[in-house]
This record gives sequence, structure tokens and C-alpha cells, in this order.
Amino acid sequence: MNASIIQSRPDFAAIAAWIPEGSAVLDLGCGDGSLLRYLRETRKVVGYGVEISDANVATCISNGVNVIQNDLESGLADFEDDAFDFVILSQTLQATKHTEALMKEILRVGREGIVSFPNFGYWKNRMQVMLGKMPVSHDMPYQWYDTPNVHLCTLHDFEDLCATHEVSILARHVMTEGNDVNVLPNLLGSMAVYRVKRAA
Amino acid sequence: MSSSVGIVTAQRATFEQPLTFKSGAVLPRYELMYETYGTLNADKSNAILICHALSGHHHVAGYYADDTKNIGWWDNMVGPGKPIDTLKFFVIGLNNLGGCHGSTGPSSIDPATGKPYGSSFPVVTVEDWVNAQARLADQLGIQRFAAIVGGSLGGMQAMQWALAYPDRVAHVLAIATAPHLTAQNIAFNDVARSAILTDPEFHGGDFYQHGVVPTRGLRLARMLGHITYLSDDAMADKFGRELRHGKLNFSYDIEFQIESYLRYQGDKFAAYFDANTYLLMTKALDYFDPARELDGDLNRAFAAAKAKFLVVSFTTDWRFSPARSHEIVHALLHNRRDVSYAEVTSDHGHDSFLMEDTQYIAVMKNYLDRVGEECK
Repeated sequence: MNASIIQSRPDFAAIAAWIPEGSAVLDLGCGDGSLLRYLRETRKVVGYGVEISDANVATCISNGVNVIQNDLESGLADFEDDAFDFVILSQTLQATKHTEALMKEILRVGREGIVSFPNFGYWKNRMQVMLGKMPVSHDMPYQWYDTPNVHLCTLHDFEDLCATHEVSILARHVMTEGNDVNVLPNLLGSMAVYRVKRAA
Repeated sequence: MSSSVGIVTAQRATFEQPLTFKSGAVLPRYELMYETYGTLNADKSNAILICHALSGHHHVAGYYADDTKNIGWWDNMVGPGKPIDTLKFFVIGLNNLGGCHGSTGPSSIDPATGKPYGSSFPVVTVEDWVNAQARLADQLGIQRFAAIVGGSLGGMQAMQWALAYPDRVAHVLAIATAPHLTAQNIAFNDVARSAILTDPEFHGGDFYQHGVVPTRGLRLARMLGHITYLSDDAMADKFGRELRHGKLNFSYDIEFQIESYLRYQGDKFAAYFDANTYLLMTKALDYFDPARELDGDLNRAFAAAKAKFLVVSFTTDWRFSPARSHEIVHALLHNRRDVSYAEVTSDHGHDSFLMEDTQYIAVMKNYLDRVGEECK
């Protein structure tokens, strides 16, 4: 399972690389539980997911993944301060409505946060806008009229948000089609994974 | 693919060892009615206990050879190919102590007096039930349950198992339940009890000797209960303001369909249920509160639990609302226990836990399929 998962979700390996064995992990918008299952198998984490969709909740349960059915937009009231070593928001940030509030909740509940999202500043996206179209790509596979993504951002935008909300960026991993991007990341990276914590 | 377990037979277990209740009362001997479905495997690791709610009993699934229309109360959940799959699991349903379906209860004869226990039957708690259930498990040679499943008051028993006998249960499925009743919930129970207690034919609980039954009180209690088990929307959908005779009669007879329905439900229930059992069951609901002796700290109460949990609630259940399930989930998370929580969208209020809903069935089935894997 691991090989195929990593191919379709290159951010999983990047996320796992930052998580020590046995960590307590909360995955927000955990989908069918693939990441938690991957982390359990590779990092032996104690993990929980939050997921709203009925179908995904049923699949998580089938996958043996702990899942709490809830709308993460309504807060993380089930979870205590510093309850987790890591709170993960994987490819979900751009689809959240109350993005600022959620970022605060992530860093209340988790000692660290790991956030991944598609980079709107990726050159192919910029090209599509220049050519007069809303971008559609592997990381953003939606038309403008059916996209769940209401808060798309670039790497610069996200880093500005962190700066204004006293969030320290501990590490950043930028990728395009699974390959690392180190040069001009905001232009050449299609997606990014950030490791963040509350500024001391 | 799924079918009935078919013909089932009720069994009676006898316990000669006295049982001390939480109240301090002692029952020198007692009997429990139970039924089993499926086959206990060689290492006795595939047993599932079903705990019943207020009006439930041991007849959970299947039907009787001499009464084929008497289908178990959770037949849609228990059977071959169903979520609680009798092809994989050895399933036990029982009638709790104080019940009125054959287990020792207020209507049973007290051997010390030769008369029904009536008012002298001890007030029974969820803890007492679970202790009695543990002895039944001993008798059946089951050291550890693969899962204990219950809805509502049954969910309280399932939770209590995890707290009192943490090494004897691998999974708890707590459905449409709460870590304790709210004041509003106790209030409903008190009105129901008052209806029974003030019925002139109740005779302080010893109505058996008078050859009467406090039917009016029991009927009112059930009518009230029934209102709280349904959602406002479900009632509106089913009955609306529909009139039985199409016009107002300016009388106190049954006019609205909902009145007709409630009275029918009340009459049906009062015809077979024991008034003392109803009192006991509601009291057990009111008393359950595992955090009570821990300064109300549910987190500390759940520190004892080792089982993995599935917690399920229903969106329109206002008697055991999703918020109450969140309290259970919160306490389990605090203790880093394995827990999944499903909030099922359903129109049927508290009664949803007995209904057939695609998502509910899927969640139960997926969870129990994993439990089944562990028993192999």
C-alpha cells in the first residue's frame, strides 16, 4: 500500500519525515484515513482524524483509523490544549472558510502544526491566469464553479499569515510532481508542506 | 445476503451466589433470561454482549418456533451477514435484573415470602446490572468479550463494562447514549415515575396482590417517553396536524392523529410491561454517573477503560444528543484511548438507534468487521 500512496500523495512522505515514532497525531480533514494509516504503519503514531463526510468516516473505520466525525470549521472543542505532538492539515487549508481561526486552533491543540497546500503561485497556475483562465491542475483539479477551494494562496501569502499571527515556520518542503524544489519555490513549486509552531 | 438467525430459544441462568447491590441490598439468588446466536469459537474470543435499553429484553434477534411473529428487537442489526454478524460472532442478549421478561424482577416471587417482590425489590443500578452480566459471562465461560454493544441505557452498561471490567472487553460500541443524564432528562423520568406512583392501582408497588395493574400510570409514562424518543420533525412528518375525522369535534376525545398514535403506543406498552420495572429502569438511568465519585471528572473515570470505543449519535436525538456523545469522546481522547465517533444524520430522534439507516449500518458493519478480524 505504501508505495502507491506515496506516488499519489507525495506530501505524505514529507510529513512522515518530520514525525518521530510514537508521536500523538491529529489529522484534520483526514479523508479516508490514508495518511493516518500510513503514519501508523511507518511511524507507529497514536493518531486520530477529524472528518465530516459520511462516506469517509465509514472508510476510516474500515481502515481501522480512529476518526471523529465533526466539522473542523466549528472548532476543535473535543481536543484539549497541547493534546497532540502534531496537528496535520493536509491539502485542506485552501478549502477552509475560517482559515485564521483554524490556524489558531491547530496550534492550541498541537505543539506543532504541519500544513500542506497547493501553491497558487506555481508558474503553471500563473500561466493559466495570464492566458485568461482560472488554473486547473493535478493539485487543484477543479473548475472555478465546483471548487471547494475558497482560500487559495501562494507560499508568500501563507508565510505572511504566519508572520502576522506569531506562527514560527520550523521547516518547509516544496515539491512539484513529487520532486523537491529548492530554487524559486514560489514559482517552481506546485505544492508545499510547512512545519509550524507558536512563536515563543 | 443478510437474513434472520431463524428460530431461537430463550434460556434461563440461575445464580445461587448472593448479589450485593450498590444500594447495599442483597439478592440471595436470582435468574437471568438470555438468548444466544451464532457459535462460540474454540478460544471463546468471539462473544458479543448486547445490553438492552429501557424497555428491551433478551429476545434480540430471530423468532420463536411457537411465535414466529415475535421478532427480536434488534433483528435489523443482529443476524447472518448483518453488522453484528452471527456467522462470525457468538452473540448474547439478556434481560437485566429487575426486568419483566423472565429475569428476576419485581413481579417474580420472592422465595422468602412466597409473594411477588413488588416494592421490596432493590433499586438496581447500571453497575449492578453489569456485575450480574459478568456472572452470566462467567457461567458461559467467557473471560473477555470481543465487543459489548448497547444503545441508550444499554450504552451506559457497555461503558460501565469498560470502567468496571477493563480486561474483560476489547471493544465498546456506545450508541445514542450519555455519560450521565441531564437535569431535563431526569425531569422527564420523574414525570413518568410520578404517573405510575400516583396511579391509585399502584398500591405502593404491591399491586400484584390486589389483582390490579397501574395501567393508567404506565400508559402515561410511555406516552411521555415516546414523545421524547421522536424528533419534532419526525412527528410533524408522520402526523402533522392531521385530524382523525377530518374536522374539529370540540371535545376531549382523540382528534389529532398524534393523540391516537400516542394512546395506542401507551396501551400497547401498558398491556405487557411491568410498572415496577419501568420505575427501576428510569432510576438506573438517573443514577448512572461514573464521574460522580470523582468530583464530576469524567476524564478520571475513563482512565480505567482499556477498550477501544465506537461512539455513535444521531443528529435529531435530543434526549441523548450528539453533544452528550462528545463528552464521552472527549474523556476517551483525554486518556488517549482508541475511539471513533460517528454522528449519523437521521430524522428519527432517539429511536434512530433501532432503525435501519444506511450510514449507521455501514459504520457498525465496518467497525465490527474489524473486530471480527481480531477474533480469528
